[in-house]
Amino acid sequence: MRRPDRFLFYIGANIFIIAVMFIHSFAATRNIEQVFAKKIELVKRYGLTDLCIFTEARYTRHPSQADLNTPFQDYPLSFEHFPSGSIISPPEHLRLGMKNE
Amino acid sequence: MNSRIEIQRNILDFTLSSLLRRKTKNAVLMVVFTIVVFMLASIIFFTNAVKREAVAVLQNSPDIVVQRLSAGRHDLIPADYIKTITDMKGVVSVKGRHWGYYFEPAASANFTLVVPDDGGEEGRIVAGKGVSRTMRAGDGDILPLKSYKGEWVVLSIKGVLKSDSELVSSDLIEISEKDFRKIFGIPKDRFTDLSVTVRNPKETLTIAKKIKDSFPDTRPILRSEVLRTYDSLFNWRSGLLLIIAAGAVLAFIIFAFDRASGLSAEERREIGILKAIGWETSDVIAFKFWEGLVISLSSFMAGIILAYFHVFVAYAPLFEPVLKGWAVLYPEFRLVPFIDPFQIATLFFLTVLPYTAATIIPSWRSAVVDPDQIMRSQ
Repeated sequence: MRRPDRFLFYIGANIFIIAVMFIHSFAATRNIEQVFAKKIELVKRYGLTDLCIFTEARYTRHPSQADLNTPFQDYPLSFEHFPSGSIISPPEHLRLGMKNE
Repeated sequence: MNSRIEIQRNILDFTLSSLLRRKTKNAVLMVVFTIVVFMLASIIFFTNAVKREAVAVLQNSPDIVVQRLSAGRHDLIPADYIKTITDMKGVVSVKGRHWGYYFEPAASANFTLVVPDDGGEEGRIVAGKGVSRTMRAGDGDILPLKSYKGEWVVLSIKGVLKSDSELVSSDLIEISEKDFRKIFGIPKDRFTDLSVTVRNPKETLTIAKKIKDSFPDTRPILRSEVLRTYDSLFNWRSGLLLIIAAGAVLAFIIFAFDRASGLSAEERREIGILKAIGWETSDVIAFKFWEGLVISLSSFMAGIILAYFHVFVAYAPLFEPVLKGWAVLYPEFRLVPFIDPFQIATLFFLTVLPYTAATIIPSWRSAVVDPDQIMRSQ
């Protein structure tokens, strides 16, 4: 096999793998209700409002329910000290809420 | 037509042998390019999957959650608010919710205690997978929790929630209302917050305003706001994305600048020789086009594939230390592979195209100069 053919074969193989990725993604997300059935059941049962991504601080455990004074959780001059608070941005309604207050 | 393809194949052949002549330099270039694409694609896959999953799952969260604020902080809400809100037009039902946080000193972990709608079973709890893992306690084991008075409330685990729901339930403990009140000392006429169900979703905002007017010390949180929270949570301005993306973009700019700022003496000499032996300017540009494309396309594809495996097969181990922070209880969630072709296309246009263009432009500048002049200037 000539060198260009080997390269084109490599690109073709990559395209094939990416196509398989898309098929895998499509198959795994085709029926959302079914895929997330157990999670949806728990959300309904407990009335959950947030995903459990960070457990270290209450305003990152439940960002949608965070207090309006979240950036000043401890006292007005305190810095954000939980790493997760630096990773995510504050909820939009909180930022708007603070403007409107 | 066939001869044109044959010409391009020959140019590609020459390009590959030219790249192999400088294999160390080009290999390093490809590895770094792949890492840049891998990091950007991993973030894109991860944040997109979290957002899509949040929207799919939290569509079923309460229509309105009513919190009471006191001194700027979330406070317990009196039970008599329920009657007034239930009487509002368009409200189907109002339920008082009990939930809160419990810090477990032995494990230094935070749990979320939640009471189910049916009130739960006294003395028995259902633990989330993360709680079970952190406390090394399973079905049938005992989990004592300390009450506000310092007394132990002994609870037995009647079940552990399955690991496939960890993204919503890892730190949860389902507890009975009686045990919840016993642990936190919450009076019978107080709830953590209220969940309001409305008849017509279009009226949600109006009802929220009515609640706010009737009880100025409350803060209604709409479901749409909850969903928007997760849409904006990992946007480009958030720390994780900004830091990694900025690093990756800067690395890429250095690459492209290095290519666009000019050719090395060896590359100029190569172009001069090619022109001297009869290559057209268009052939030289095609050669450089292939050179840019071979490096950028190979790296781009490898980066995308590795990112997919990293996020959806290996469950993002490289992000774990970042996401974990100081938390002891870390949810081992497995994301459903949502991928967005538009985002992959955007990444392609932001990496492959500029790099290829940056390779062609200085070559074109050299290729239009007289070959004799190029070789004499060495």
